[in-house]
Amino acid sequence: MNIHEYQGKEILRKYGVAVPNGTVAFTVEEAVEAAKELGTQVCVVKAQIHAGGRGKAGGVKVAKNLEEVRTYANEILGKTLVTHQTGPEGKEVKRLLIEEGCDIKKEYYVGLVLDRATSRVVLMASEEGGTEIEEVAAKTPEKIFKEEIDPAIGLQPFQARRIAFNINIPKELVNQAVKFMMGLYNAYIEKDCSIAEINPLVVTGDGKVMALDAKLNFDSNALYRQKDVLAYRDLEEEDAKEIEASKYDLSYVALDGNIGCMVNGAGLAMSTMDIIKHYGGDPANFLDVGGGATAEKVTEAFKIILSDPNVKGIFVNIFGGIMKCDVIAEGVVEAAKQVGLSVPLVVRLEGTNVDLGKKILAESSVDIIAAESMADGAQKIVSLVK
Amino acid sequence: MSVFINKDTKVIVQGITGSTALFHTKQMLEYGTQIVGGTTPGKGGMEVEGVPVFNTVKDAVETTGATASVIYVPAPFAADAIIEAVDAELDIAICITEHIPVLDMVKVKRYMEGKKTRLVGPNCPGVITADECKIGIMPGYIHTKGHVGVVSRSGTLTYEAVHQLTQAGLGQTTAVGIGGDPVNGTNFIDVLMAFNEDPETYAVIMIGEIGGTAEEEAAEWVKANMTKPVVGFIGGRTAPPGKRMGHAGAIISGGKGTADEKIRVMNECGIKVADTPSVMGETLIEVLKEQGLYEKCKTH
Repeated sequence: MNIHEYQGKEILRKYGVAVPNGTVAFTVEEAVEAAKELGTQVCVVKAQIHAGGRGKAGGVKVAKNLEEVRTYANEILGKTLVTHQTGPEGKEVKRLLIEEGCDIKKEYYVGLVLDRATSRVVLMASEEGGTEIEEVAAKTPEKIFKEEIDPAIGLQPFQARRIAFNINIPKELVNQAVKFMMGLYNAYIEKDCSIAEINPLVVTGDGKVMALDAKLNFDSNALYRQKDVLAYRDLEEEDAKEIEASKYDLSYVALDGNIGCMVNGAGLAMSTMDIIKHYGGDPANFLDVGGGATAEKVTEAFKIILSDPNVKGIFVNIFGGIMKCDVIAEGVVEAAKQVGLSVPLVVRLEGTNVDLGKKILAESSVDIIAAESMADGAQKIVSLVK
Repeated sequence: MSVFINKDTKVIVQGITGSTALFHTKQMLEYGTQIVGGTTPGKGGMEVEGVPVFNTVKDAVETTGATASVIYVPAPFAADAIIEAVDAELDIAICITEHIPVLDMVKVKRYMEGKKTRLVGPNCPGVITADECKIGIMPGYIHTKGHVGVVSRSGTLTYEAVHQLTQAGLGQTTAVGIGGDPVNGTNFIDVLMAFNEDPETYAVIMIGEIGGTAEEEAAEWVKANMTKPVVGFIGGRTAPPGKRMGHAGAIISGGKGTADEKIRVMNECGIKVADTPSVMGETLIEVLKEQGLYEKCKTH
């Protein structure tokens, strides 16, 4: 799960990680009021959306007085920002962070992430702050320093110190940087983060080490024990169909094609998208109904697929293990009745109770095109939507 | 022969009184798996499906002599269940549970260092040695005994591969689902190594998906060590970057973990990769024919 920068900074503050003072604003008036409260000479008006690259897209402006705050807030609120992470449709700005300006001496990068190869959390840092870390890794890998963290004892101060010296933090500020990194690690562990990225971390003219930006992502499997993090969820930043799907414990990702897919199992669901593409079609979504789907869940999955106006046909591809084919068949028939199927429907069933499933489909009044295999089904649906 | 489990493997079911566990205990018993016990704290002394229930894994192991466990415990308690299995010194613990917080698994992996137990999963369909022992949730009837080993990150894609093999008259030794999570126990290389040493396994299908670099590492290992043909498939060729595709581990991030890169490395390492998931079996047959192994692998 993603949260906004200002929310990430709220969390970090609680862990003793230094961040600039700032307030969230939903309207221009609130923005001006927030700037007044801050009382600093310069303040920064920052668009809050769940995507990086806001600065380049014109979503971050430095205001020298309250009038400029008003102008920029007016300009950015309601604007659709297109960045390399939003996709071409962009994201509309609905919240601003009004933050005190600071005198930046140098920018660094500090991040915590899971290293799958070692199954451990790794602290990564570089003195090339402000740019994409992937770019730094590709061009100058020697400028990235890493510390692998033993989960039994956590991040050790000597490791944070070693990083601080390696990235050339001024030596009088090393202790501050160590405190910063230790706090960041504690937040990462206690809040079940999947990414904690500070880019840039800055050293200021008045000798402070601060997080100028904060990107925290959370492990969605751990949200059951992170109620306060869950409260930060901003539904407006998510796809409406994905939200609806998550209510029914369906794993759905919206795509821009015209063939709706309903599959059990993530691997098979991805491969179904692949095979549709292979035969020249374009999937409208990824949808994994999971192992324990009921007829009701299948019905909801169908409704979600059909709520996408681009969908011109549906391919159901099921290999029943825990999932029984008769349950899927019942769900498909029920859904087709409830929503009134107006597009071609191709169904491929295999696995547990397959004969019963096929019988249910054959005896129903719903117009279903049966497929013998995954390839057969993909070819059929692709030719039907053309 | 086979890998990891066989007809003599004695299995306990952790969390046996839950509804999913009960359903699959019955299925596993029907397949012929020796389920000798189960655990649910507080329900020790009960019996379900003719199987005795114990309060702790240690009690179950001491009483039944089990060497394997299968875990159906809900995600918030699953890490604890795995650690309990490791503490009881089982040979193998197979964790079916999905949605375990990743930082829980980081701790589990740390605890397991230097310990005896092999963990398979979590978030996996389990392990099956055809006609001998089924531990997990896979449909048993699609498997036939033979000489092809299957290893996969995805459950339903494993079924797809096994089904294609069986239909083509190629039986299997063991099919191992290693699971779709970013932190798991047994990895591709562990399974490939076991298949390489198993005299009954003549060839292997390896099924990966986007995210991480486990497939690339496995391919390098195959190139350096494997004496048997390996064919592959990678799911998620058309997945957009930054979107998590169901499995917590299946995400392309920072330009890493793409299907194209995995396929490139696998090809370089001598692993033929099937173009689509529906030709995994056919691709293996082509390779077996090229290498003169087809007749030897054909079982029915």
